Amino acid sequence: MRGRKPLAAFAILGLILAASPSAAQERVFRLNNMVEPESLDPGVVTGVPEHRILSNLFEGLTTTDPKDLSPRPGMAASWSVSKDGLVYTFKLRNARWTDGKPVTAHDFVYAWERVLNPKSGAKYAQQLYYLKNGEDYNKGRITDFSQVGVKALDDRTLQVTLRCSTAYFLDLTSFYTLYPIPRWAIEAHGKDWVKPGKIVTNGPFRLASWVPQKELILEKSLQHWDAARVKLQKVIFMPTEDVNTAYKQFLAGESDWVPQVPPAQIDAARSRPEFYVTPYLGTYYFRFNVTKPPTNDVRVRKALSLAVDRESLTKFVTKAGEIPASTFVPAGMRGYEGVRGLGFDVAAARKLLAEAGYPEGKGFPRLELLYNTNELHRVVTQAVQQMWKDHLGIQVDLVNVEWKVYLSRQSGLDFQLSRAGWIGDYVDPNTFLDMWVTGGGNNQTGWSNKRYDDLIARAACKIVNAKDRMRALQEAEQILVAEEAPIMPLFTYVNKGMLSRRVKGWSPNILDQHPLKYISLER
Amino acid sequence: MLGYILRRLAGFLPVLFVIVSLSFFMMRLAPGGPFDQERALPDQVRANIEARYHLDEPLWRQYLRYLGEVAQGDLGPSFRYPDRSVNELLGLGFPVSLTLGLCALAVALALGGTAGILAGLRRNSVLDYLTMSVALGGVSVPNFVLGPILMLVFALGLHWLPVAGWGTWRHLILPAVTLGTFYAAYVARLTRAGMLEVIGQDFIRTARAKGLREAVVVLRHALPGAILPVITYLGPASAAILTGSVVVETIFSIPGIGRYFVGGALNRDYTMVLGTVVFYSVLLLFFNLIVDILYAYLDPRVQVR
Repeated sequence: MRGRKPLAAFAILGLILAASPSAAQERVFRLNNMVEPESLDPGVVTGVPEHRILSNLFEGLTTTDPKDLSPRPGMAASWSVSKDGLVYTFKLRNARWTDGKPVTAHDFVYAWERVLNPKSGAKYAQQLYYLKNGEDYNKGRITDFSQVGVKALDDRTLQVTLRCSTAYFLDLTSFYTLYPIPRWAIEAHGKDWVKPGKIVTNGPFRLASWVPQKELILEKSLQHWDAARVKLQKVIFMPTEDVNTAYKQFLAGESDWVPQVPPAQIDAARSRPEFYVTPYLGTYYFRFNVTKPPTNDVRVRKALSLAVDRESLTKFVTKAGEIPASTFVPAGMRGYEGVRGLGFDVAAARKLLAEAGYPEGKGFPRLELLYNTNELHRVVTQAVQQMWKDHLGIQVDLVNVEWKVYLSRQSGLDFQLSRAGWIGDYVDPNTFLDMWVTGGGNNQTGWSNKRYDDLIARAACKIVNAKDRMRALQEAEQILVAEEAPIMPLFTYVNKGMLSRRVKGWSPNILDQHPLKYISLER
Repeated sequence: MLGYILRRLAGFLPVLFVIVSLSFFMMRLAPGGPFDQERALPDQVRANIEARYHLDEPLWRQYLRYLGEVAQGDLGPSFRYPDRSVNELLGLGFPVSLTLGLCALAVALALGGTAGILAGLRRNSVLDYLTMSVALGGVSVPNFVLGPILMLVFALGLHWLPVAGWGTWRHLILPAVTLGTFYAAYVARLTRAGMLEVIGQDFIRTARAKGLREAVVVLRHALPGAILPVITYLGPASAAILTGSVVVETIFSIPGIGRYFVGGALNRDYTMVLGTVVFYSVLLLFFNLIVDILYAYLDPRVQVR
């Protein structure tokens, strides 16, 4: 008969809840994360869905402004930067982990060592290559971590020494790879430390439960220094992979936010007030293999690029409001003016093709355009194929392969043309331009240009003045998209999704990042 | 009987060995690897990761290592979900897939069995043509079509049931019906055929001649014989329902094994795919064994030695 009293208590509780049915529900935010997170370990993950969760569970030295994504104080209450831009000294605030322990500078040193340690096999180790000797430590060239540019001067002071002056370093410190980690939890539980009941975090929310492929629930953390600002009590992350199902779940009121819309439903979705579309920090483009004929000829590459009508492509084919682009760095980057790319000019395209020895497309070898299985890629490549046929009289075959086959063919230069996309890591043109240097892991075109390499290297390390640095990057982009054209950009991606109208405090931005601590729900 | 079962179980081992070996090498023949991604990894980082998972060793040594681990029941770590082992993920997913599978099977037997008996008893009647046409439709409609239609009608239209997810009995209905319908159609046709064969036999006439009620004749005398083809089919069907719920699990966002299998294959999560294959194989062998044993009980002509 021990159960009686709790039963009575439950009955009363039930009555109270029944009396105010919406009060509890209104502070529960349900969002569709579209996939099961690979891990909750900030040193392990690399994806966007993981970022949606971790950026609310943990907090780095800085956080991001929900509107323009500029750095704001996080675990660091303040910081100072040396004149040469190399040494950052962070003063930590009086913050606590969910288990009550204070967050110290040592927690950052531990976390960063763990990411750079070759034995961890951390995929995003390069996020810490900005530190002095960070790359050498990760590559095993030095084994003494005290030579790496991060030191805890005392419990509340962290000193970071960079390899080069890095204009966007404070953007990087808000990224999950650089979050602090609770050493004691990892030592106590091993890789199980990320599971509910074991995980210790320092962000505005804490992990309440996590059932893989079913749901992951966060609750407001009362330990957080900024807890007074946090209005949501509970956040449920749903891992629905099927975008059509996710869309239906939203329509049925089972979720408050879904960050994707099925391509076939765009027209229907647009007519609903919950639909939103904003520019994204990403570019959709085609790669040329510059090591094989005929795309080793710059005239051929330019002709192909000039013959594509990007306006029609975005207006009639992709249809979600994508922005036509013939440059690689998306517009709207703080302090970056941008360059002029190759526009739509059929006459110029035909002339270039004739100069290359293929007047009116005669004698032009059949080309293959590689793309991975995806509805959007299929319609985009088909449209471009048609434009080339109409404007240049050449035939391009579309080759559709599965994702991993696509990746391995692309990195092995086993293609002539391939579709690709690139999403920036941080809000600076460098994240779009440094990948094209000679031998860069993401270059994958075989393209190499000495002048380009020099400009990127100078912008990365030698130029301290911000304006001069942007000018160097601009000059580099000019070479990339207008002079040499190893790639042909097509459009700037957009974020498109559905957001319930009861959600407040949600600001559109180019990374589609929405820190939950600013979000509230209207009654 | 016990000896027979033990002999069959021992026979599983070489079969499993062949399956594991074939899958292991076929998986490695697929282009791309678990750590290929759009954003290329620096060479050293890739080398660090491969060293961590022993992917830098020669293939034969990886193979022997894997065999050794599987023999001990350890299916290895998942490459995609580094915090979890394959055993853990299968352990989480299997009860879900099993629940869904059993419900789908119940739907298949209840719908299909009833339809089949009725159609068999009223041969060439309107009822017969009608049920068999519906059954033909059921076989022909793929579940990636049926699932979304049911969602549209019962979740978005009528608001009776949730669109997708897992947790309550209400989440179970649409996926179980979607998955069960295909098999219901099959069961209906098989039951009808079995019924037609049995109903004309002498012992049925005898039963009727004894003055038994029609219900008793059908259920007690005719049915056990009539469902033999269904039983034969049930072994592979149960395995197929349990292992083949991949599409339904994805459409309805159900945390079963099927999603790990597909995700694992697409991501070249070698251990995950192999683990699922091993698990599915054991399940398949096991169901066939059960069917053979059931046969011995239901059909006096079959004897197990």
